[in-house]
Amino acid sequence: MISLRITFYILSVVILTATAMAITRKNLVHAVLYLIQSFFATAILFYLLGAPLLAALEVIIYAGAIMVLFLFIIMTLIGGETQAGHGRRQWIFPAILGTVSILVAFFLIYESPATQAGLEPAMVRPIVFGQYLFSTYWLPVEIVSLLLFVALAGALYLGRHKAASPAETEVGQ
Amino acid sequence: MWWILGLVLLIMKLIIVISVLFGFAAYMVLVERKLLGRFQIRYGPNRVGPFGLLQPLADGIKLIIKEDFVPRTADRLVFLTAPAVVAAVPLVITAVIPFSDDLTIGGTRIPMVITDLNIGMLFVLALASLAVYGIALGGWASNSKYSLLGAIRGSAQLISYELSMGLSLVPVVMLAGSFSLVDIVNAQERLPFILVQPVSFVIFLISAMAESNRIPFDLPESENELIGGFHTEYSGMRFGLFFVGEYVSMIVLGALTAVFFLGGWRGPILPSLFWFLLKTMLIPLFFIWTRATLPRLRYDQLMHLGWKFLLPVALVNIVVTGGVMLFMGW
Repeated sequence: MISLRITFYILSVVILTATAMAITRKNLVHAVLYLIQSFFATAILFYLLGAPLLAALEVIIYAGAIMVLFLFIIMTLIGGETQAGHGRRQWIFPAILGTVSILVAFFLIYESPATQAGLEPAMVRPIVFGQYLFSTYWLPVEIVSLLLFVALAGALYLGRHKAASPAETEVGQ
Repeated sequence: MWWILGLVLLIMKLIIVISVLFGFAAYMVLVERKLLGRFQIRYGPNRVGPFGLLQPLADGIKLIIKEDFVPRTADRLVFLTAPAVVAAVPLVITAVIPFSDDLTIGGTRIPMVITDLNIGMLFVLALASLAVYGIALGGWASNSKYSLLGAIRGSAQLISYELSMGLSLVPVVMLAGSFSLVDIVNAQERLPFILVQPVSFVIFLISAMAESNRIPFDLPESENELIGGFHTEYSGMRFGLFFVGEYVSMIVLGALTAVFFLGGWRGPILPSLFWFLLKTMLIPLFFIWTRATLPRLRYDQLMHLGWKFLLPVALVNIVVTGGVMLFMGW
């Protein structure tokens, strides 16, 4: 168990450092790279806690799909370099929010009895996870998929709407 | 005592798999050049050694002694590490591929797979989705317009085809009832899945071709408009890594096709390792043939094929498979 605990703390340090680096980089591509690193460490953390399925999904969805889209947008729009620095005024509001959440988190950790018990690792096979998710939480899953569908339809509409006038003439010629 | 034996076995398996894979990749280059020559009614390389058999060796030496050049404006660290990502990803995927029947030595069964993960297929998809970083970051870090264009094309292409690739494998998981590649091979004891799921097979094959950046899907590289695309600025062994990575990933995709659709190492009479290698080689040879036959797609055609054809067909296929399984009470 002691090796598990050591690994946990090493991973936590990696996650926190990578995320901190991600939000302070001026080069956007470097920020994305640090964020990917943090997702990887999170995936290993999930694996450590006995959820290999979640670990795989973390890598496939966050590191493999969402971050690639980020990279794609950065490369198409600005090429990675941003001149604008982080002004001091920009930092104030996030700093207040961050401090409040940290205070609340500490309060919860000291007050809630649930946090006294350490998280025990438990191996979960993908099939058990799927059955649990779709028998207990089928409604939220369906609602989320509906929400994503609406977002998809909206994106499609916006994309079509803008491209309509100039592209039509181009194709027409 | 037993864990040391296990460790030794594991390291032996790793060494054998990696060296065989690199050897096959080197000779796959030669096979491609030879076959392309024949397809175009010329000889292909035939000067180094008998029938040009030592050509891969000569190519390797050439790549190693060439100057490893880094452009002055490049993002140095990212530029230097990007080729490694491309080469490493397919190598790591082989960890979950079962390449033969269990070997029995002195009453102990040795499984012929490096590790049998219960999320094996998701592991494969997760790694396949990371291969794009090598291309995207390599192209971006070069700080050249051609490379950046190649990188943008590459990331858009790979993310589109990854989706239909993943969806084409869902019916396989449904039929096998497991993500583990060992279980998937075992589920094809009577019937390889290509006979049950021909539509899935075709979608997987096309997506695999797009994932490996081969003609007709080689838009990220396209020599005649982007002069090599994402690897324009690379030279020497770093270019070699991109090159070898492409061939290793072709072979790994062949092995995956064999495992998912052709029954893995299962086959009559001959030893199972032979069947596995034979099935694995079918796909790369098919890719080479396609390269000699088809012209390159246009960019919008590529996107339309992925999103408007392969993806809906894959979704319908999943629904139909589920319906039939429900009806037959699988």
